[in-house]
Amino acid sequence: MTAALEVQGLNRSFGALQVARDIDLALERGARRALIGPNGAGKTTLVNLITGVLRPSAGTVLLDGADITSLSQAERARRGLARTFQINQLFRGLTVLENLAMTIGERDGNCNNLWRPAGVKRAVIDEALDHLASLRLVDDALKLVRELPYGRQRLVEIAIALAQKPRVLLLDEPAAGVPSSESHLILDVVAALDPDIAILIIEHDMDVVFRFAKHITVLVQGAVFTEGSPAEIQANEQVRAVYLGEESHQGGRHG
Amino acid sequence: MTGPATRDEAHERAAAYLVSRHYYRWPEVLPWLIAVACFFVFPDRMSFGSQVLVMLLFALSLDLILGYAGIVTLGHAAFFGIGAYVVALGSLRLGWSEPISGIIVAGIVAGLVGAIVGWFILRYHGLTLLMLTIAFAATLQESGNLRSDITGGYDGLPGLTFDPLLGIFDYDLYGRTSYVYALVVLAVVFYFVRRIVYSPFGQALTGIRENVRRMHAIGSPVHRRLVTAYAVSAAIAGVAGALFTQTNAYCTLTVFDFDNSAKVMVMLILGGTGRLYGAFVGAVVYMVLEDHLSKLSPTFWQLGIGLLLVLAVLFARRGLLGLVEDAGKYLSARKSS
Repeated sequence: MTAALEVQGLNRSFGALQVARDIDLALERGARRALIGPNGAGKTTLVNLITGVLRPSAGTVLLDGADITSLSQAERARRGLARTFQINQLFRGLTVLENLAMTIGERDGNCNNLWRPAGVKRAVIDEALDHLASLRLVDDALKLVRELPYGRQRLVEIAIALAQKPRVLLLDEPAAGVPSSESHLILDVVAALDPDIAILIIEHDMDVVFRFAKHITVLVQGAVFTEGSPAEIQANEQVRAVYLGEESHQGGRHG
Repeated sequence: MTGPATRDEAHERAAAYLVSRHYYRWPEVLPWLIAVACFFVFPDRMSFGSQVLVMLLFALSLDLILGYAGIVTLGHAAFFGIGAYVVALGSLRLGWSEPISGIIVAGIVAGLVGAIVGWFILRYHGLTLLMLTIAFAATLQESGNLRSDITGGYDGLPGLTFDPLLGIFDYDLYGRTSYVYALVVLAVVFYFVRRIVYSPFGQALTGIRENVRRMHAIGSPVHRRLVTAYAVSAAIAGVAGALFTQTNAYCTLTVFDFDNSAKVMVMLILGGTGRLYGAFVGAVVYMVLEDHLSKLSPTFWQLGIGLLLVLAVLFARRGLLGLVEDAGKYLSARKSS
């Protein structure tokens, strides 16, 4: 079976600083993968390389076996590669519903139409509302995004990614900046996502990582340090030293 | 009030908003009523009225790219000028003086140039883009100056003649025909622009203005969308320029002036961007003020405009229409509380 997403020998430097070195990574269909590593390990950079925000200096990115390395970010998105951002990237001056309708419009190519009123396609509106309903956002549908509390905005970020109907979804710290009283809601949503979507999640909360992920990749200084099942990673002394070490208190609590 | 019934209710209420967003609302008839009323109330000011309508159309073209797509340009006079010269040279050198086909050709030419130029310059953002738009308009103006044998240079091409409208209505001294003509063209173009703004494409432009990174991430071909919008806007600016030449019966290189680009932007900001009717309010307020102030003081009239702009920027960030909107919200909030 070809992997949903595969990264081969990915390299990227900013001047003398090598932020990605010979990264190999494969996500099967429906994968639940966590990407962890200390700050500055290059986790977000890797997401940017995969989604095409950055171009690698060497290496290839394959989506369902097809080489997408030379494609633009938008072309990759249209092929079913979606992401969320560590810091919200939303249409803040538009309503939540418009945020979703726009995403669906771009996905289906409706946005090439300059003439037909956007509201005429009822199916788009209903689908947008269905996505919102699955994240319990229907009541906020007509609010401007900038008027929502940050935690709700994080959910809109996920709703947009879902509305893209992705096959591969990259979640860059979905609960970042959200008070822990609300973050469980976001992580519940993540845990309940369609099992066919291959998911790569960047997350600092080890509790979440060990609960959610079936497979963990540890990134250190731009290179894959090790990978394995949650149990293997937890038991790995070196990982504990470079990464979990700084959170040994938490590790102990969960171990 | 719990369970699926309320969920469906919320669903329907939210859906109704998007479904009906593009419907015409009754206040939208107001500007047209006023425009028609002006025809009867100020019969001897119709030439001035035509100029207001031309600038309004020009401001409307800018709103599509500045207000909706967020493209900041200080060189939109380039396309206004192209339109103006297409009909001027068509009439003078080719003997093509049928006005309506002239306007259409002017729009097409300006739109094509807009598409080509846009394809190159819309790869850039912010100040770089701003400089490129200024440079393009200045280049056109200087090229026109180099070939003043063709363009008439800054002395212009006076005494242009155009056929009667539809072969029937000749241009009168008071500009009444011009006024009605300009108003009809404006109404037709406005209908097009309004459809575009409420189309899925128009929504995508708003998305680009709001967050271009997100647009890339959801798979929007951002560059193509911007070039399309730029070309449409250029075509409308070209139509405005053509109308300018036809209603004035003359044309000079000053149509490419930086002043012209800046003026239309000031109008739009004054009225309010990204709301179509901002162009109406801005153009009328600016032109009427300019008219009155320049009679009051031929040397210092710009001071008044400047003061108004400062006030607008300080107290009405979203333009005069934004101010009206805020006042409306405030009143209805007070009523309900």
